[in-house]
Amino acid sequence: MRSALVIGGGANGLACAFRLAKGGARVTLIEAADEIGGGARTMEFAPGFRTSGLAHLVHGLDARAAKEMGLEDHGFTASAPLSTTLPGDTPITVSPRGEVTGTDSAAWDALHARLSRHAGRLAPFRTMRPPRLKGRQDWRKLAPTAFGLSRAGREDLRDLMRLALTNIADVAEDELTDPRLQGLLAFDATLGAWAGPRSPGTLLLYLNRLAMGDVRLPAGGMGALATAMARATEAAGVTIRTGTRAERLIVEEGRAVGALLSSGEEVRAATIVSALCPQATLLQLAGAPALDTGIVRRARNMPFRGAAAKIHLAIEGDPGLGDLTHRIVLAPSVDHVERAFNPVKYGEVPAEPVLEITCPSAHDPSLAPEGRHVLSIIAQFAPHAPKDPAAAASAFKEAVWRVLEAAAPGLRSRTLHEELLMPSDIEARYGLKGGSWHHGDFAVERMLFLRPFEEAAGYAAPLPGLWLASAGSHPGGGVTGTAGWNAAEQVLRAA
Amino acid sequence: MNAPAFPTAAPYDALIVGAGHNGLVTAAYLARAGMRVVAVEKNDWVGGAAVSRQLDDEVTYSNCSYVCSLFRPEIMRDLELPKHGLQILPYEAGAVLTEDGGFLAMSRDHEVQRREFARHSRRDAEAYDRYARDILRHCRFIRPMLMRTPADPVSLRPRDLGELAWMGRKVMELSERQISEMIRFWTMSISDYLDEYFEHPVIKAYLAVSAIIGTALGPMSPGSAYVLLHHYMGDVDGNVGAWGYARGGMGAITQALKASFEAAGGEVRTGKGVRRILVEGGRTTGVELEDGEVIRASRVISGMDAKRTFLGTMDEGDLPGEFVSAIRKFKTRGSSGKLNIALDAAPDFPALPEGAPMLRGDLHFTDSIERMERAYDDWKDGTFSADPFQDTMIPSMIDPTLAPPGKHFMSCFVQYAPPKIRGQAWSDADRDAFGETVIDQIARYSPGFRDRVRHVEVRTPRELEAEVGLTEGNIFQGELTFDQMLFNRPVPGWAQYRSPVEGLWMCGSSTHPGGGVMGAPGRNAAAEILRSAKMSRQDMREAYDVL
Repeated sequence: MRSALVIGGGANGLACAFRLAKGGARVTLIEAADEIGGGARTMEFAPGFRTSGLAHLVHGLDARAAKEMGLEDHGFTASAPLSTTLPGDTPITVSPRGEVTGTDSAAWDALHARLSRHAGRLAPFRTMRPPRLKGRQDWRKLAPTAFGLSRAGREDLRDLMRLALTNIADVAEDELTDPRLQGLLAFDATLGAWAGPRSPGTLLLYLNRLAMGDVRLPAGGMGALATAMARATEAAGVTIRTGTRAERLIVEEGRAVGALLSSGEEVRAATIVSALCPQATLLQLAGAPALDTGIVRRARNMPFRGAAAKIHLAIEGDPGLGDLTHRIVLAPSVDHVERAFNPVKYGEVPAEPVLEITCPSAHDPSLAPEGRHVLSIIAQFAPHAPKDPAAAASAFKEAVWRVLEAAAPGLRSRTLHEELLMPSDIEARYGLKGGSWHHGDFAVERMLFLRPFEEAAGYAAPLPGLWLASAGSHPGGGVTGTAGWNAAEQVLRAA
Repeated sequence: MNAPAFPTAAPYDALIVGAGHNGLVTAAYLARAGMRVVAVEKNDWVGGAAVSRQLDDEVTYSNCSYVCSLFRPEIMRDLELPKHGLQILPYEAGAVLTEDGGFLAMSRDHEVQRREFARHSRRDAEAYDRYARDILRHCRFIRPMLMRTPADPVSLRPRDLGELAWMGRKVMELSERQISEMIRFWTMSISDYLDEYFEHPVIKAYLAVSAIIGTALGPMSPGSAYVLLHHYMGDVDGNVGAWGYARGGMGAITQALKASFEAAGGEVRTGKGVRRILVEGGRTTGVELEDGEVIRASRVISGMDAKRTFLGTMDEGDLPGEFVSAIRKFKTRGSSGKLNIALDAAPDFPALPEGAPMLRGDLHFTDSIERMERAYDDWKDGTFSADPFQDTMIPSMIDPTLAPPGKHFMSCFVQYAPPKIRGQAWSDADRDAFGETVIDQIARYSPGFRDRVRHVEVRTPRELEAEVGLTEGNIFQGELTFDQMLFNRPVPGWAQYRSPVEGLWMCGSSTHPGGGVMGAPGRNAAAEILRSAKMSRQDMREAYDVL
């Protein structure tokens, strides 16, 4: 293959560019921001306090990318897998291997083992191109996976088919007794989704989460991961140009042949890969006239309902949340998670959000001045399109503080700086429409060959010469690089 | 007392527990095939949730189910129900009354409906053609599955493999795009689905209704789009998606079934609640009634829901532990309530044009999906909503047998009503407050409504459980979510109407294809029983498809 232009310098764009270069292409990668990384950047949000600006945990990093890009050689390190703490009168700790303290220990072990088994069988799908339903070739390629499933044994398979489309709340309540553990399952299953735990399909989201493996904190914040990926990509011969925005694609005779940049310059390439959101790629970069009307309708119909807010706190002294090296989840029960979601459906703010708290400075002291800490918090659920955005943001902030103060009294008075990113702020800063981490809702009806929609599900866009490589494609978001890598494999195969 | 002459002999080939519509369907098919069949029913009347009862001096109610569409025409023909007195009266119209004093008229006629949509939104009127075509295609695919025993997907038995191959062929008849559309449709929320076609909130609210009736899902819950299909699959006289009233109330269906069953030599015993299903050596031998009487039969077929059957009327020791645990996890949360109202005069709705036909069909007072979803949030919080959704009709407008001239029977089906109120059993005060909320809502659109009310029967999940026997008042005998459908209904591995006990079968809505006055579970169960008994199914004509 001759040349390729990759648009977007997040984890997917970088992984894709690297793989294409290794495959023999002459690759240029352009990034609109002045800094590489997309949602994986480290920001200074207050003087001396730095943190991951959006995603704050390494979860599901593509093993192929990590290995072949040699990320550790390029300076990337992450903590040991994190334990999770559920505060309360007697805090519960869930170890990375799934062991849990407290009375539900045996029930949790059994459930965790059962769900991990199912997740392990589904995991191979993540690194595949989504199978086409009527492609014979695909079914042959699927045979090993199908065989793996069939070896599972009848009862296991029955169990998976019963669970696949169920909701996480029923499973949590059927199998566990401690409300906090039930709440943890509910929280983890709906993290980054536009769904409450009683919504059918949320169990599959949890299996996907388990399939992504351990959760780690990156030293230096997520930006360190992006930097290592960029170094590896450049070392592979890719030209990276930051501060360069693609205004639109050049389409000639029904084929994408290049891009017009914000500088007025035209870049032509045999292959164009967009790691931007599929909708923006198709409707804004390619433009409706280059597409079938049916495709335009499908792209327009993609939902972008980010429901997670991001909060950064600069703290004087110890935050008072227990072991700061842990991931702390404040989601006291299934109903708390469900009630936190309810108002978001109507563009309103919940009274009691549920939180995932990490303390990056407890792992990497360089992120905060001595004796001080940074807390990075994902707060759910926040409306992506409230009627009054300013009022919603201030109500949401107060709601988060009520929850935090109940868990760590006095924390607010020791807070030096705070930053709240509502989904609309995330959109403004990172270009993620609706604040959706996944470049489009991640739900059962938007998975595999339905992601982002059927005609674009195999990474090839419905416009010759153009490929899609963002979280909007299979297997969805998280700073993983998997969609980018999968897309590159398809590009190379087609060449 | 007519004591049987030979009480110790096993006098019956089949004993049906519960004379609801499915129990009677199974009973009638088995009797026609030549079995000696008895149906025992705890109430003093037959019908289960398809009954007509006169609780007021003058007006007859369809106490639970209230409209007819899903009832399978094959069953009507096989069991000669019209000959036994069943008549379906199709109805045409209806209206959503809006908070601003307007309305959206409903019509079963596509062109009429399209024009009415155009009055609200031109764009939606155009989208309606596309929408109707797409829904019909989904219906066409799923309908043939209703009258078949679901294949066990992990079994290697030739019959299951054959059935899976049949399904596979059905799927492969579709284009790739149609397959993915279908999977998407099954897993989406009706709210998201409608958003892809329509813009006007009232139109969306009207079209979303079928997706929530009877379910413990809201219109924004994934999976609710399938429930819509479940309510669209019926037909009246070959008109797909049409609805009608059973003349004389829904009890007319079960009365006709009873007559058909008795004409085939069957026996119905009412006022006979079953205390226990008897098992000896892993096989059922009959039942013990609440009055102590033992009836022996070589097969027991339960029309009760799965929980009531296996957890309520059996010794757990007679069942495998894993099966009992799976039945416990079968979800049966009730979500609906009902008001039956006797009226001294037809209600006035000033918003509707005088003499318009809307009063002959459904009346809704919920003009946005958001209001429905908020009512669902209340249900999740364990309470009924102050702004409930109701599907209200006045069947006596076209069925004169229900009330004397001028008087009327009004049926209000209400979503949502939780099985318990904040964890506590419903009290009479809760029930009355629930009823008042519903009447208040009607009265807001119909001045003077209260003065015309002569009698009200309020039914919460508590009443449905106590009278009809539906666990937690779930009208489908188990929630209709995808994890409880097809080969998973009621529990994985036991979706073919059999149970782990030899000779004990299920024929109620807890089995595939689920609830609604459809009769399909009853017929499918009869087919399985006859097949296992190696008896002729000649009376069971091939399911035909009018589409």
